[in-house]
Amino acid sequence: MVGEIDPVIINLTVFVLAIFVGYHVVWNVTPALHTPLMSVTNAISGIILVGAMLAAGPVETDWGVWLGAAAVTLAAINVFGGFLVSQRMLEMFKKKDKKGNA
Amino acid sequence: MSANMVALAYLVASVFFILALKGLSSPESARRGNLFGMVGMAIAVATTLTLTQNWLLILGCIAGGGIIGAIVAQRVQMTAMPELVAFMHSLVGLAAVFIAVAAVNNPVSFGLPETLPAGSKLELFLGTFIGAMTWSGSVIAFLKLSGRMSGTPIVFTGQHMVNLLLAITMIGFGLWFFFTETTNWNAFIAMTAIAFILGFLIIIPIGGADMPVVISMLNSYSGWAAAGIGFSLGNPMLIIAGSLVGSSGAILSYIMCKAMNRPFLSVILGGFGSDGGTVVADSGVQKTYRSGSAEDAAFLMGNADSVIIVPGYGLAVARAQHAVKELAEMLHEKGVNVRFAIHPVAGRMPGHMNVLLAEAEIPYEQVLEMEEINSDFANTDVVLVLGANDVVNPAANVPGSPIYGMPILDAHKARTVMVVKRSMAVGYAGLDNDLFYMDKTMMIFGDAKKVVESMVKSV
Repeated sequence: MVGEIDPVIINLTVFVLAIFVGYHVVWNVTPALHTPLMSVTNAISGIILVGAMLAAGPVETDWGVWLGAAAVTLAAINVFGGFLVSQRMLEMFKKKDKKGNA
Repeated sequence: MSANMVALAYLVASVFFILALKGLSSPESARRGNLFGMVGMAIAVATTLTLTQNWLLILGCIAGGGIIGAIVAQRVQMTAMPELVAFMHSLVGLAAVFIAVAAVNNPVSFGLPETLPAGSKLELFLGTFIGAMTWSGSVIAFLKLSGRMSGTPIVFTGQHMVNLLLAITMIGFGLWFFFTETTNWNAFIAMTAIAFILGFLIIIPIGGADMPVVISMLNSYSGWAAAGIGFSLGNPMLIIAGSLVGSSGAILSYIMCKAMNRPFLSVILGGFGSDGGTVVADSGVQKTYRSGSAEDAAFLMGNADSVIIVPGYGLAVARAQHAVKELAEMLHEKGVNVRFAIHPVAGRMPGHMNVLLAEAEIPYEQVLEMEEINSDFANTDVVLVLGANDVVNPAANVPGSPIYGMPILDAHKARTVMVVKRSMAVGYAGLDNDLFYMDKTMMIFGDAKKVVESMVKSV
């Protein structure tokens, strides 16, 4: 190969492959769990938290940092809210004992 | 941490996210899957923390947001899940916009060059406008789902034209931002503002019962917004996580559209039947139906061998899931085979009914999907339809009907049908339901919860 690969191409490779993985994994999700699927993916899209942390990262505080801090808060609501509500829902899908010996 | 170590940690986190979704393939493995998701997120956050300096501010914000999130997750009613999900989509959208603005303001803190290269500008443009549309669209979806705004479609003439013009203008400003050497704030702000407005306009014409599609679509958008930010920051983990979410939402939208037999585009363009005019108006012939009391219904069900319960949005509105569980249990003790049949678009979001029934501790083995149970209706003594309408309308089998071709639950094939409904009013599709006028059908009018409770008393 001639020269270096543009990082955009590498990102694009990752992107396309990840869509394929997502496609196959999600088709295997049982329809009964589609609501928890939405709340789990919701929490996962809270990964944007990582970007928000970088925005809030620099020490010299200007308005961009505050904007980043606001984004960190929003994303954190998502991450915690999403995972915890999924946990709560999935607890309900536990197998129930037929003769209540809980 | 060296850049390589960071990248490796991000790879581990990405694998955990994939495992989280994989876990959802069955209720047994789902909780472990969710746990994997949390671990992945913890790794991602801890790793990123080493790259930043404002620890106190960041950890403070995470704690603040985390507490709010935990309280919301703890308190939310299961019937309100669609609203909660819409609300959380809006947060991702807004956070994406904030991050993009911060990146335009100070690219260096993201490891980008001082003057943004064209490629990064394009990626920031994508991340911003998807994020902005996700935010405003989700806000409207939230308002509609929580009943703070009417669920009826808002349509006006030239709507699609206006949207198209706005979209073109937005892309125009985006190109201006893209081709200006220095940071062009005017273009960036104008582009973002139009994206916000577009998000509003795109969701207002979509009606209540199409919400399962909308909410899945916004789920997808929120993922693409995260992936877009991942491209701008050159962060593969964000790209992977965003794409997983994006494809998940897209698949759910597809499943929902298929279950309504409506092309995705026609759902998104909104206003059900708005192009059909007044075809739904009836010929005026007075059709007769039979109505009965909850006690009669309870007697019939108590003496049946098999009962299938078909829940719909009315069950969620009346919060009748616990009463239904009691009814199912009592029938079960009498030796009746009780099962539940779930249509994919029953309720306001994918899987909505399953969660409500699970909350009432109805064993999921008794809850069956449409394909699993449809052939059993013909051998069933009694079908109890609770607050569902279009999903059991046999008009779907009649060519020429507006809902022709929509897969339905074959409730009309059962020996006896009982329909609990508030009134004879038509469902979302604006269609009369022939099921209600069949000789073997008994209508029971009233609030689903009250009716079921009086059934419980008389079984």
